[in-house]
Parts: sequence; structure tokens; C-alpha cells
Amino acid sequence: MSHSDTHVVILGAGHAGGTAAALLRQYGHEGPITLVGEEPIPPYQRPPLSKAWLKGEADAESLALKPLEFYAEHGIDFRPNTRATKLAREAKQVTLSTGEVLTYDFLIIATGARAIKLPVEGAHLDGLLELRTAADAEILKATIGPGKRLAVIGGGYIGLEAAASGRALGAEVVVIEREPRLLARVACEELSTFFLDYHRRHDVTFELGATVAGFEGENGRVTGVKLADGRVIACDAALIGVGAAPNDEIAKEAGLETARGIVVDLEARTADRSIFAIGDVAHRPMPIYDRMFRMESVPNALEQAKQAASAIVGRAPPPGEVPWQWSDQYDLKLQIAGYAFDVDRILLRGDPANAKFAVFHLKGDQIQSVEAINSPPEFMMGKLLIANRKPVDLDKLADPSVSMKEVAA
Amino acid sequence: MAKITYVEHDGTEHAIDVKTGLTVMEGAVKNNIPGIDADCGGACACATCHVYVDGEWLAKTGAKSAMEDSMLDFAENVEPNSRLSCQIKVSDELDGLVVRLPESQH
Ligand SMILES: Cc1cc2nc3c(=O)[nH]c(=O)nc-3n(C[C@H](O)[C@H](O)[C@H](O)COP(=O)(O)OP(=O)(O)OC[C@H]3O[C@@H](n4cnc5c(N)ncnc54)[C@H](O)[C@@H]3O)c2cc1C
Ligand code: FES
Repeated sequence: MSHSDTHVVILGAGHAGGTAAALLRQYGHEGPITLVGEEPIPPYQRPPLSKAWLKGEADAESLALKPLEFYAEHGIDFRPNTRATKLAREAKQVTLSTGEVLTYDFLIIATGARAIKLPVEGAHLDGLLELRTAADAEILKATIGPGKRLAVIGGGYIGLEAAASGRALGAEVVVIEREPRLLARVACEELSTFFLDYHRRHDVTFELGATVAGFEGENGRVTGVKLADGRVIACDAALIGVGAAPNDEIAKEAGLETARGIVVDLEARTADRSIFAIGDVAHRPMPIYDRMFRMESVPNALEQAKQAASAIVGRAPPPGEVPWQWSDQYDLKLQIAGYAFDVDRILLRGDPANAKFAVFHLKGDQIQSVEAINSPPEFMMGKLLIANRKPVDLDKLADPSVSMKEVAA
Repeated sequence: MAKITYVEHDGTEHAIDVKTGLTVMEGAVKNNIPGIDADCGGACACATCHVYVDGEWLAKTGAKSAMEDSMLDFAENVEPNSRLSCQIKVSDELDGLVVRLPESQH
């Protein structure tokens, strides 16, 4: 139970940390809350950075989770431009980059993840960009435009969204991917082919099965991407989108267990009862798949923020959710539910030719995950079927003339 | 600016001035009103910003897009006056709008 003198310190003022602070107040926590973030601005949403915002369809104000005044009005001590540097668990203290030491009753670690760097020759050149923060996005937006050539390294969702937005801004775009197909880690062959064709129709060019060996530059600025086969792909800027690693060092150094992130339970709590870890930095249990893993998605950050805030105020835990996320590219709405663990077959419903279809990943007659393109019913019903582990009639599922409601009946 | 009243499921009312151009969902989220989760931030991808629009306002809030309609088709406790609040843009015309929130968004 939290009391009016219970101090909650939140490290990382991103989507998870910002949401946890607001929820604590919504749930009635009266004690002090300190929200420590290394970025200069209050918590904001990252998804639009590669989509609506990058294309100029959303402004900075709409990115912010809450207006800046919100924090003062709700007694949340928000500390921008401040990094947490050290955690002393026995004393329940965190040291900040300002030198100040905060004593907490509960600590929520929400430090997110950072973009993985490519350890290759020329990696220091100007014009090599990543896309993780609003500041990164500003630089990217200022760099791409009509006549500019952008190389995107990595054909995952963020890379492909940036490619679509780059085209909308009039830049030439080439995507360089090490695997022989796009989205190789996350999607099936049909989906890879569909996205490849769709982007090609928007004049994005591709180098598949191409390993980046280094970058070439002139006067300190990138001019080309050097591939392992010796070819050089000319560019004015290169966006590196090859994955993210959790910012879990502070926890690791303090002796908290880490795997691919800080290990927590279904309350988002670590083995230290007064410390929680939420969002991209957490390695969490996912009961419907009977395993633990780290997720990088907004719904996951929100779910864990609810778990931690509930545990701190002594409120019943929120119901478990099926992991999901979305992506927008051109006029495509992609919605993904679940993860394709232990899958033995794939089922296609609908027709990729008219850009309206869904790919179901199955384990026997059980849906493990669904990727739905412009198909909300398949996504919504698929998510429900994943949650309740109900076996499905695969013939009905394969037949788009049978409604999803009937499939689930 | 339009005054919008958000009525929680338990009857608690929040009357908020929302800036023109924002969505009804953004007005709720930026003011920390419980009951609108808005997991996807307005991308019409989550259906956790579900509201009921009071009768006389339905015409003024405009028509649902096909995408919104099919998301709502699978949300819980949907009524004929259900909308996704991220798809309702606030204009001066909506001054006085009343929206009611469902018991839960999941
Ligand atoms: C371009 C982009 C597009 C995305 N699109 C989607 C999408 O469409 N759908 C979806 O579901 N998800 C998407 N995601 C993922 C989603 O944004 C993340 O899962 C979510 O932001 C995780 O929240 P978080 O709070 O854990 O981390 P973050 O939001 O990254 O916040 C972590 C914060 O902690 C700060 N920090 C780190 N270390 C310290 C320290 N020691 N001291 C103080 N502060 C520190 C960081 O600077 C950062 O501000 C996208 C991400 C990106 C980058
Ligand atoms: S906020 Fe997700 S559908 Fe409205």
C-alpha cells in the first residue's frame, strides 16, 4: 500500500515511465513522484516518428503524452536532461548525472532500449542516422527531401516505415538488408514478398542479401554504403535500423538479474521487492506462450506501466493482454497480434493482390499470431482467439467468405 | 476551443476545454481522464478509445470510416452510438459535446 510519504522514483521518461507516473496519480497515489529522463522534453510517443510525424502530418504537440504543465499540476517532479548513473539498492538510492542522490521507496526502471550500432569502418561519419528519439527524427527529417538519396540499412518495420515516409517526402530510397528477404525475423515469406512488391511500386529500390562492410565519406560526411561484395551504394544519408538493445546496465551493475533485459514477474517487479522494470528494458513473462521475452511495443509499455502502478498502490493487477503492435506504410494498415513461437504452419486468408489479407501462424489448430494487412476483423478476432487459446476450424479460417465471427463461433 | 464533457462509467463527469484540431481522444488523454486508454495513440489500430456519443451530437461528429467501423465491430459492448474517439476531430461546432465511456476498454 502506498502512503502519502511513499516516494516513487521513475528512471526514464519515455512511453512507459511517463505512463506509469500519470497512472500512479490516476490510481490515487499521493506521495511524491520523481520522473528522471535524459531527454530534454517530457514523455512522448515514438511510433509517429517514423510515420505521421516524419511525413509532416502530425506536430510536436501531438507527440507529447501530456502537456508539460501536466507534471507540475499533478505534483510530478519531472527532471529533463538528467541521467541516472548509479543504483545503490541497500540504501535505496539512485545517483543522478547532476550529482544529486534520490532516496526512493519504490523505483521503476523504464530506461527503454537504444539503437544497435554497426561496428564497421566509417561508422563515425556525419549523415549516419538512427531513429529512436525525437531528436534523431528531427535530423532525419531535415536530411531527407526531394532529390536526396537515403539508404536504409535494415528491412524491419522501422526501416520500411522510414522508407515509405522518405518517398512521401520526395527522397530516393534504397533499402539494404542482409537477409535474402524483408522482415525475415518477424514475418513469413508471403508478407516479405508483399512488402517488397509494394515498396518497389513506390520506387524504393532494394539490395537484399547484402552485408554492409563500411561507409565511405567525403569531408567527414557519408557518401556511400560499401557492401561486402565490394559495391558502393551512393547516398546522402544512411539510416541504420538494425534493432535495439535494452538499457539495463544500471540494473545489472546493482546486481539485479538480467537476461535479454531486466527480469521481472507479472507485476513487473524484480526480485528486489521495491524495484520494478517496465517497457522495452524488461524481460517479462508471457503466460500465453509459457515463456519469458523482451518486447518492444507501446501496448507492452502500457500494460507493464499498469502492472507496476497497480502493485505500488495496492490495486488489483490489470488483466493479461495479448502482445500486439501496428505499422503504417503508404495506405497500408498493418496490425500484428501475438508472436510466432513454435509454429508449424502458416495460413493465408484473403488476397495479397488487392492489399487486403491476413497471415495466420498456427501451432496445430491454435493461432499463435496474426499479421493483418488492411483487415481489422482478422486482427481483432485473431487477438481474441490467441487470448482464449481456442482451436479453430482451419477450413473456415482459410475461406474469406466465412466471416471472422463465424470462424470464432 | 470546445467544451467537451467526458462521463466515466460510474457517472463521474469531466468538463474539459479541448483545443480545436485535437481529437476527442487527445483531449481525454492529455487531461488524464480515466477510461480512455488509447493504446495506439490515434492510429485507429486498437479500439481502446471507444466512447458513446450522446444522441443529438451523432450527426455533428460525422460519419465513421470503413476502418473505424470494422474495428468497432469487434470491440466490446458496442452500441449504435459507439465511436472511436481518436477519429473525432474537435471543431467549434462540437462545443458542448457529451461522450460517455464504456466500463472497460478491453
Ligand atoms: C521510430 C519508432 C517507431 C515505433 N513504432 C511503433 C509502433 O508502430 N507500434 C508499437 O507498438 N511500437 C512502436 N515502437 C516501439 C515503442 O515506441 C517502444 O516500445 C516504447 O517507446 C517503449 O517505451 P519505453 O518507455 O520502454 O522506452 P522509451 O520510450 O524508449 O523511453 C526510454 C527513455 O529512457 C531514457 N533513458 C535511458 N537511460 C536513462 C538513464 N540512465 N537515465 C534517465 N533516462 C534514461 C531514454 O532517453 C528514453 O527517453 C516504435 C519505436 C520507434 C523508435
Ligand atoms: S486510439 Fe487506438 S483506435 Fe483510437
